[in-house]
Amino acid sequence: MAGHSTYEPQNAGAKWLERRLPVLSLVHGSFVAFPTPKNLNYWWTFGGIAFFVLVVQLITGIVLVMHYTPNDALAFASVEHIMRDVNYGWLMRYLHSNGASMFFFAVYIHIFRGMYYGSYKEPRELAWILGVLLFFLMVLTAFMGYVLPWGQMSLWGATVITNLFSAVPVVGEAITTWLWGGFAVGNPTLNRFFSLHYLLPFVILGVVMLHIWAFHVAGNNNPVGVDPKSEKDTVPFHPYYTLKDLFAIVVFMILFSWFVFYLPNYLGHADNYIPANPMVTPAHIVPEWFLLPFYAILRAITFDVGPIPSKLGGVIAMGGAIAILFVLPWLDTSKVRSANYRPVYRFFFWLFFFTTIMLGWLGSKPAEQPYIAWIQFFTVLYFAHFLIVLPVLGLIETPRKVPDSINDAVLGKSSDAA
Amino acid sequence: MKNLLFKSARALAVVAGLAVAGPALAAGDGPHVEKQPWSFAGPFGQFDKAQLQRGFQVYQEVCSACHGLSYVAFRNLAEEGGPGFSVDEVKALAAEYSIEDGPDSEGEMFERDGKPFDKFPSPFPNEQAARASNNGAYPPDLSLMAKARAALRGFPWFVLDVATQYQENGPDYLYGLLTGYHEAPEGVEVPEGQYYNPGFISGSTLAMAPPLSDELVEYSDGSPMTVDQYARDVSAFLMWTAEPHLESRKRIGFGVMAFLILFASLLYFTKRKIWRDVDH
Repeated sequence: MAGHSTYEPQNAGAKWLERRLPVLSLVHGSFVAFPTPKNLNYWWTFGGIAFFVLVVQLITGIVLVMHYTPNDALAFASVEHIMRDVNYGWLMRYLHSNGASMFFFAVYIHIFRGMYYGSYKEPRELAWILGVLLFFLMVLTAFMGYVLPWGQMSLWGATVITNLFSAVPVVGEAITTWLWGGFAVGNPTLNRFFSLHYLLPFVILGVVMLHIWAFHVAGNNNPVGVDPKSEKDTVPFHPYYTLKDLFAIVVFMILFSWFVFYLPNYLGHADNYIPANPMVTPAHIVPEWFLLPFYAILRAITFDVGPIPSKLGGVIAMGGAIAILFVLPWLDTSKVRSANYRPVYRFFFWLFFFTTIMLGWLGSKPAEQPYIAWIQFFTVLYFAHFLIVLPVLGLIETPRKVPDSINDAVLGKSSDAA
Repeated sequence: MKNLLFKSARALAVVAGLAVAGPALAAGDGPHVEKQPWSFAGPFGQFDKAQLQRGFQVYQEVCSACHGLSYVAFRNLAEEGGPGFSVDEVKALAAEYSIEDGPDSEGEMFERDGKPFDKFPSPFPNEQAARASNNGAYPPDLSLMAKARAALRGFPWFVLDVATQYQENGPDYLYGLLTGYHEAPEGVEVPEGQYYNPGFISGSTLAMAPPLSDELVEYSDGSPMTVDQYARDVSAFLMWTAEPHLESRKRIGFGVMAFLILFASLLYFTKRKIWRDVDH
């Protein structure tokens, strides 16, 4: 990571520090002089955008905690106190609640970009795996964060999801009681979710560092999917990508602000403005939009599979939908990274994208026909993409000729627009 | 140019993807809700102070008999972005209410006149008392009602709503409910103590009797004294109680947007200049 540094400390203070803790040359090597492929397109800015949103979430979250009370009798009112009486509390809270959506939006694009350009392939498998781990930690954090306002959807969303653990044979009930800290979702549950919701973002921050470290060993992948071969293929990260990323972040802030200032409740659920009430079940319990595809897969298994009851089957399918991402680098048998040179894969990539969108939409629908049948259809497509398409395609697909270098691809661009 | 078009089409598809997966509102079925014109809709929307004052009057004279407003303090009525009552008006209004306070130095609870910092007292001491007086039904608190109910927006509306900034489904629903009482059509059984209203979100009958009727509330500003006008005014008022900082939110939003767009343009040209000598 620091190997690229040509950093020479200039002033006495920097020299003193550099001799004792070479953190300046580390930063210089990683984020200033770092040789970066010169052909990265705007889909590559979403990693930086996601990091920006993470920082926004950390700052707004820390401020919100100064006024929030994690107690089942007080939580809802404390959120209203933030919304009404805390100076700019409404802004902090809307930034934070919409920030969760923005974080997932950015990360989903980031993940799809990795899939399209084969960024998970050798030697970047570990960066990918750490990325999937980050995504999983985000899901946990977001789920627990949604419980904190202690509205109806908070309580019942938590009830539905924690109840899934009761599907585990033999010890399921015991695990669920242990998770709740009681015999139903209640004050102990709210308190531990609050504790973990505060802890996990810092874990995420740590794993983000590992994630960056891991892909900095091999350097960025790029739209051509060929590693840089000479200095002609790269530019220093600063000022080229610092400026490009900053521009993209500011454009993303426009989208973010559109929701925060004009549609602050569009991505939420109205029922969460009703205080949690264990005696009244909402008509439809739905998670936030970014978890809907997985929620759909959970409900796809409506039948028992041998000794596995349907409920456990749904939990396994949902867990499998994330777990399968961890082994993606070994399921894809093609040596060609970029979908630009894999016309058949490109078709299946967009089919997979469409599949996840449809699963998301179906996940918001009530559990009845014909939605269930469609969910099952798209769930099969989801898993087939990983278990059939990717392993087989690498063996039978004839990729287009891959350019020898990034520079060749860039210079040939005018005649061969991809 | 063609490339740019293709790129923007793809970007649009992605944004549409966000929106399609978007709102969880799409779940289930519910009443059909007509969109109403609201002064507070859109990027420059502001509350109509006279309407909020009338709406407050409707709440005070009609709704408050059964429904609380427990997150709203009297002082809020005089605050920026609200109905615009004067501080003296609010003091006088608060003093009309009797608030339980205490315990005093003898350990006794006592009643005193309301002060601007007090929240609106609820009509019933607890849920059980409310149910006992209302045929078993519990009249919910109205502070957040305009955000706690959402009319269902099927595809493709919920995608377009992102572009049109439609965020008034709460007041639209409330207006539809308050004006939705009808004679039940043939063949629809209305249970004892229930009233037919196809605008209700969970079922076609509810326990609330039609609360409004023409000439029920005496307006002093010459506005029509009709159910339609009362429903509009009180729905707008409840939007304000649910979102008291709506005006400053939209005002700050405009400044933020203007700054970000300008800043993004400057960054774009800076980025172009830096990249000018690199083939990429």
